[in-house]
Amino acid sequence: MTFNYVVDPEAPERAGRASTRFKGVLKELGVSPKVIRAISIAMYEGEINMVIHAKGGTIRCDVDPDKITVVMADVGPGIPDIEQAMKAGWSTASPEARELGFGAGMGLPNMKKWSDKLLVETELGVGTTLTMEFNLT
Amino acid sequence: MNVRDLLKLEDLKVAVEGDMDQEVTGGYMGDLLSVVMGNAEEGEAWITIQSHVNIIAVASLRGVPVIIIAHGFEPDEDTIETAKDEEITIMTTELPPFQIAKKLITEFGL
Ligand SMILES: Nc1ncnc2c1ncn2[C@@H]1O[C@H](COP(=O)(O)OP(=O)(O)O)[C@@H](O)[C@H]1O
Ligand SMILES: [Mg+2]
Repeated sequence: MTFNYVVDPEAPERAGRASTRFKGVLKELGVSPKVIRAISIAMYEGEINMVIHAKGGTIRCDVDPDKITVVMADVGPGIPDIEQAMKAGWSTASPEARELGFGAGMGLPNMKKWSDKLLVETELGVGTTLTMEFNLT
Repeated sequence: MNVRDLLKLEDLKVAVEGDMDQEVTGGYMGDLLSVVMGNAEEGEAWITIQSHVNIIAVASLRGVPVIIIAHGFEPDEDTIETAKDEEITIMTTELPPFQIAKKLITEFGL
């Protein structure tokens, strides 16, 4: 089963709707609360990044018997130094975003922590695609 | 205890009445959304000074039944509307976060 979402380039306050909707789907499918929690946290972080660091994009969620795969592809500046971006606390978020409580620099570390597999593909000036896998077994 | 029980504290005012029968199991305090997202537990009352609509996404994703907006901050119109849709209760208080947390601990043993 595949679920697709569009993340609009909009005010960061409004981001998180795709994650909220997919959480509802997972609940209906009877996925365990533990896995739902992990996906919610990781996907929310990815969705926020698509809005505060890029110009929105698309999310594709594949539900398979043994795993759930979330692919988040944005149109944005790309990440110049992935190793640095993965460090807890590292953030280039704007002062406006920080004032709203974003930009703790915990997004990518959280995605790494809560997913079973994280792949970051990025091209400067083109965009970033994050692929996360969550095991169901 | 449930969300409604919190109203025994006169310092708390209801801004949005969500599902007030939901159980409250503890509390969490924070204004950095990633930190709350990664650490709050389901059922916890969340004390924050953030009032924009994204707090509803965080609460809904984490299973937080009630958000307490402290220090006299008021929820945005957007926040109120989305909270209604998601059935999340919002309460406000004039007290600073530490003071309201202290009351939740002393009154309810959270
Ligand atoms: N989708 C993205 N596009 C461009 N840059 C990004 C993206 N995601 C993350 N980054 C970069 O990596 C940094 C760290 O990201 P993250 O850990 O989520 O922290 P935060 O979002 O709080 O800044 C960001 O500040 C930004 O510089
Ligand atoms: Mg982030």
